[in-house]
Amino acid sequence: MFTPHTQKDVEVMLKTIGVGKVEDLFTEIPEKYRFPELKLPTSLTEMEVADELESIANANGSTKSLLNFIGAGAYDHYVPAAVDMLLRRGEFYTAYTPYQPEISQGTLQAIFEYQSLICELTGMDVANASHYDGATAAAEAVILAYHHHKGKRTKFLLSRAVNPQYREVVRTYTRGSKDITIQGDDPETGIDSSMEKLIAQIDANTALVMVQYPDFFGRVIDYKPLIEAAHNAGALVAVAVNPTALGVLTPPGEFGADIVFGEGQPLGIPLSYGGPYLGIFAVTNDLLRKISGRLVGETVDNAGRLAYVLTLTAREQHIRREKASSNICTNQGLMALASTIYLSLLGKQGFEAVSNLCFQKAHYAAKQISSIQGYTQVFSGQPFFHEFVIRSPQPVEHLLEDLRAYDILGGYDLGKDYPELEGCLLIAVTEKIGKEDIDLLHDALIEVTHD
Amino acid sequence: MTEPTIFELSSPGRQGVRFPASDVPEVELPAAFRRKELPLPELAEIDVVRHFTRISQKNYAIDLGFYPLGSCTMKYNPKINEVTSRLPGFALTHPLQPEDTVQGNLYLMYTLQEWLKEIVGFAGVTLQPAAGAHGELTGVLIIQKYHADRGDTQRTRILIPDSAHGTNPATSAMSGFEVVHLPSDARGNVDLEALKGLCDENLAGLMLTNPNTLGLFDENVTQVIELVHAAGGLVYGDGANLNALLGIVRPGDLGFDIMHLNLHKTFSTPHGGGGPGSGPVAVCQRLVEYLPDPVVAIVEPGGEELPPLYGYAHPTKSIGRVKSFNGHFGILVRAYTYIAMHGRDGLSNIAKKSVLNANYLLAKVKDTYHLPYDRRCMHEFVVEGQWADAPGIRALDIAKRLIDYNFHPPTNYFPLIVHEALMIEPTETESIETLDAFADAMLKIAVEARENPELLHEAPHNSPVGRCDEVRAAKQLILRAPKA
Repeated sequence: MFTPHTQKDVEVMLKTIGVGKVEDLFTEIPEKYRFPELKLPTSLTEMEVADELESIANANGSTKSLLNFIGAGAYDHYVPAAVDMLLRRGEFYTAYTPYQPEISQGTLQAIFEYQSLICELTGMDVANASHYDGATAAAEAVILAYHHHKGKRTKFLLSRAVNPQYREVVRTYTRGSKDITIQGDDPETGIDSSMEKLIAQIDANTALVMVQYPDFFGRVIDYKPLIEAAHNAGALVAVAVNPTALGVLTPPGEFGADIVFGEGQPLGIPLSYGGPYLGIFAVTNDLLRKISGRLVGETVDNAGRLAYVLTLTAREQHIRREKASSNICTNQGLMALASTIYLSLLGKQGFEAVSNLCFQKAHYAAKQISSIQGYTQVFSGQPFFHEFVIRSPQPVEHLLEDLRAYDILGGYDLGKDYPELEGCLLIAVTEKIGKEDIDLLHDALIEVTHD
Repeated sequence: MTEPTIFELSSPGRQGVRFPASDVPEVELPAAFRRKELPLPELAEIDVVRHFTRISQKNYAIDLGFYPLGSCTMKYNPKINEVTSRLPGFALTHPLQPEDTVQGNLYLMYTLQEWLKEIVGFAGVTLQPAAGAHGELTGVLIIQKYHADRGDTQRTRILIPDSAHGTNPATSAMSGFEVVHLPSDARGNVDLEALKGLCDENLAGLMLTNPNTLGLFDENVTQVIELVHAAGGLVYGDGANLNALLGIVRPGDLGFDIMHLNLHKTFSTPHGGGGPGSGPVAVCQRLVEYLPDPVVAIVEPGGEELPPLYGYAHPTKSIGRVKSFNGHFGILVRAYTYIAMHGRDGLSNIAKKSVLNANYLLAKVKDTYHLPYDRRCMHEFVVEGQWADAPGIRALDIAKRLIDYNFHPPTNYFPLIVHEALMIEPTETESIETLDAFADAMLKIAVEARENPELLHEAPHNSPVGRCDEVRAAKQLILRAPKA
């Protein structure tokens, strides 16, 4: 199977080593624990395992069999065939980190192009080779800001409209640091789009303000007043983005963000039940040396030819060890490659088209649904991208269950994370949803709604 | 040949993929928010496919040849993994779908948790961490919260052997601990006397890689663990080198409290050019309630005809969530596939053949390359890449010369406690012919080092590019392509 040794090979090898049998290579392991009986199933052949995995996969309802309106941080976009065909090249996916640049130019150039594309998309100066996902990128933004202020500022303000999972991960990452206080996302500060109550909390001890664009509810908010207040107080501003939205929306680099990060999954990466995804991370030139994770730079080889290498590695854990600001050791190499291919294939016109389709269809859906008796659009009148909030006349849990009879995944129950939005549903619409799908949801909602 | 960047290949008006026209009434995005230009490249599909195919050919990869990168476990990545993980039933499920619509996913995750627990001998597992270093962070945060919950707040120190990966000290510092270095003894084990001196009321824990980065199994491991436990500390096992132990010994049985596993090393999931990895963390009974939130559990037991209902459970003292959603699910499917194909009867064969291969290769090169710790090795070994009679030759030169022989170089300059280290891990998937060819190249290079050192200094000679000017890259920073 995966070990090519014949009995004869093993004999030759043991003789060369000078031991009688393979088991003799393990005598340093305490005898009483050596060679345990493992309670696992017996081995399967490839044919059997293919069948078994197929039947496990078939026990799921997927977005192929169910009409999906769930987003909330992961989005169901069309991935062109060429993306996965190229990812399947063994030269890409069976390579390791490009530590030997002479024989890793493929991976290095792809990362260099990825960094370039992310800079163009976000309007920022520098992007790293990626973090694990949007949530861990949020935590890295907090850590960066902490080090930027040399640990002297302890207040980190997170908007309540930042993805709840991002905020939870930030809290986990910083639980060991006594001088980091995470605040600003309490119900009292709230989710008002004026951001006034959050802005009021910015002071000389504030290291970072984090907002999301579009926010968790899909709203597109003008953050200029907030950014101005933060910068006046000497605080950094990190903006979480949905990259798809940047096909039509002004990039945060143009309105003063210091850090732009986000979940890169919408850029050609399958939903795959939550991972592997891609943590986008980009900063201004001022913060370039504070960025964690890998960076690829351009240089020349000993014959003067253009070449790419990992650079500024002295920031990283394998050199700085306990003095490194982050322990990150990998990036999401293959996922960054997927997004690079995706953006290259779609290009300027295709990417703008996808972004615009999402925007248009979501607006049609919001209009249709809020026209149903009893359903109202929360935050109505405020600009939004491809996700919006609907207040339902009946408990969301029941509503979603009823919609399932129509093979519809109706959206995300916001009451789980926001008590103030109990009874509200977050609905996402991508380019894969047709007008007839939206009409189907509309009709199903009417049918399942009781007086 | 230099391949232009995707921006240089752009030509205004081209488009690789078209999308249907909008079928809903048009609305206007407020002008204040509308972006003015979108400077993305413009290419036809064929341009994109050729570009990425051409640059892929500049990579070395496991599918092309031997990749003995120490501590990275560059074993063959079975093709079936790539098929199963892409099954539409998996790949097209949304992470926030109701639990009853993803019983297949939850069954797979639950079963994988159970299998990993059994393989390493622990009581609980989280599949959430995205990579080895991320697993370390999870584990060290568990240590932090465990002591904090007990009011043991004076426990501020983590001990780390001098042979450890850089992620160990970086993780500990990131989690608010003070890092204390622990020396190795003359046989490459943890120095027991030094350890005794550091086992006090300030000890939070020890991070131990076993086999260590020298490829040596610590001969005193049970004593080391007992000392730390007696002082009230926890022992963290870095699972980077678990490949040597599969079905041979369960770290949980040895007394480790926490351990991360690298599915991308031990369980054959691809390295992807630097990720995505996956770093599940296993814990002993007393730490189960500290695992990241949530874990997969059986929420309703099954009946005679009925399968159980799987869902999410929330550990009561959890450190919290470490990542969005459900971990690197696509990687978990690959690891599940791999373990299912090996089963209880085949898993130990992986460790046996990896240790056999390493010892065979060691036997073939150790008369030529100095072995600083002359012991039998586990799945990898470390030799010195220098000779007194070949002045000016460094490990780097040997590594680069190996490229000319069509091999990926071993890890070099690590671990830090060996001068001019070359760390070689052949893995179990390589044949005797490959190992012989690699050993031959190593021996030839040793001769070349004396007879024609320039050949080594200037290597590699036939790669897409030669040695790169890393100083220039760092000084004249160019981190992005000019706009199209």
